[in-house]
Amino acid sequence: MIILNQSKLNPSNIQPSEITPRDIFDNRREFLKTAGFGLVAGSALLLSNKARAAANIAGGVTEGAGRQVGRANAPAAAQKVAFKAGTRQKISGYTKTAYGAGEKLSKYEDITTYNNYYEFGTGKGDPAIEATLFKPRPWTISIEGAVKKPKTISIEDLLKLAPLEERIYRMRCVEGWSMVIPWVGLPLASLIKWAEPTGNAKYVEFISANDSLTMPGVRSPVLDWPYTEGLRMDEATNPLTLLAVGLYGEYLPNQNGAPVRLVMPWKYGFKGGKAIVKIRFVEKMPLTTWVKAGPSEYGFYANVNPNVDHPRWTQSSEKPIGGGLFGGRIKTKMFNGYSEQVAQMYAGLDLTKNF
Amino acid sequence: MAIKSTSNKPMAIKKQHIVLIESAIWLLALLPLARLVWLGMHDDLSANPVEFVERSTGTWTLICLLITLSITPIRLLTGQVWQVQLRRMLGLWMFFYACLHITTYVWLDYSFLWGDIVKDIIKHPYVIVGFTAFLLTIPLAATSNSYMIKRLKTNWKKLHQLVYVIAILAILHFWWLVKKDVTEPFYYAAALAILLGIRLYYKYLHTKPANKMRAPNAEMQINKAM
Repeated sequence: MIILNQSKLNPSNIQPSEITPRDIFDNRREFLKTAGFGLVAGSALLLSNKARAAANIAGGVTEGAGRQVGRANAPAAAQKVAFKAGTRQKISGYTKTAYGAGEKLSKYEDITTYNNYYEFGTGKGDPAIEATLFKPRPWTISIEGAVKKPKTISIEDLLKLAPLEERIYRMRCVEGWSMVIPWVGLPLASLIKWAEPTGNAKYVEFISANDSLTMPGVRSPVLDWPYTEGLRMDEATNPLTLLAVGLYGEYLPNQNGAPVRLVMPWKYGFKGGKAIVKIRFVEKMPLTTWVKAGPSEYGFYANVNPNVDHPRWTQSSEKPIGGGLFGGRIKTKMFNGYSEQVAQMYAGLDLTKNF
Repeated sequence: MAIKSTSNKPMAIKKQHIVLIESAIWLLALLPLARLVWLGMHDDLSANPVEFVERSTGTWTLICLLITLSITPIRLLTGQVWQVQLRRMLGLWMFFYACLHITTYVWLDYSFLWGDIVKDIIKHPYVIVGFTAFLLTIPLAATSNSYMIKRLKTNWKKLHQLVYVIAILAILHFWWLVKKDVTEPFYYAAALAILLGIRLYYKYLHTKPANKMRAPNAEMQINKAM
């Protein structure tokens, strides 16, 4: 019926018999949800990740039915923010690990709305807002430089290189704040093994996406784009070095570096390149973005070190995010508390000079 | 405090109008603080609330400072003098936000860990200039009453010219704090440059004997008004 009965627009004119009882209304919604979920699940079996992600966005409501594990206590605002980004999708089949057991996790909302990701703007709230147009699928990473043969790997194949695992790592920003993040990912070492570097490979360079259409920040020359980071080979193959593809059991939100980013928990956060598109094996120490931007402030190593101060920020203590207004600071630990796993790599190196 | 009309015909502003304007400034000046309290009560101060409050109080200190410094340029450009009566109040609001700013730093950021605070101040240029700027505002706030104005006479004016040093230090504080994107501090620096530039320009005109500008005239009025 197309012609509206004007009187019906006034709620007081609606007969009680015309109102759908609440339970029937809810049931209908439930049916729609289930149908939607079935559709998503069906396509998930048949189609690629890309289609699955698309179906997931389209079927927004089905998500809630699918995942109750993990973060039932997430604040409502987080749901709101993530809904805007529209990319939340649970990762199936990853294993929990002992890394970070007992650490108090930072809130999902904080991790996904307080980001340094200049490709999406220099404000910490910018990435969560500006990254919505970014497309983390389809995605490939090209492998270049000192390797047997240059090749590319799709994100789907990357996810199969090694079993995905959850690792709870502390993240210490050079600006003096810190979080505890449950990453999901795989050791970078497994990709390096697949890449087959030659004997000339002494360093690895990581190059991030640089798409001015979907990354508004790169239109401004605030940094020398694309964002470039690097590691020494032994750092890159250290078991702690993680290629993260998710957090809190879900694929990475765009603002956190989707679809794949680096995490080295003993280094300042800026070392972890996001949205990696290219990995190049090289003989000489790569000139990285922040070293170019401020050689006196940012070093290649950027190891967390409470004894070597940054010209702007005290590094001896840090402010844990989530502590609120009166949370205070905690002492920063050498190598962010990961000395046992990494200190031997820097034996004999003057960390004051090689900061 | 009465201001006589000059040849430039400043607006005749009645005492009760000034009281109204002052009340409005009180309300407006309390808004940034009210906003912080409101956001704090609703857990909406971002993931890093301390940084948020530090940034906000710092920004409002700077804004109050620039507004205070715009009183003289307004006089120079328009010949109006009534707004000079608001300057002391505006300056004190600047001091108010500066106090909130430093309290946030000492209390919320550093939890009164004096050792760490001293280290932070000594080691980091942006903190040194910011802290110096704050220290310099104390004598200005302490002498911003009629008794001290009378007592200090011409020295009062000299002392209060410290505000220019404070302004430059405050801008440096912001500029050096920013990691890479200096857009925001640039806007404040540009505003300060304009405000100081107008003063310098009129000073230059004033020193040229052939040029009889309203500036010296208005200047005399101010001294009387004070």
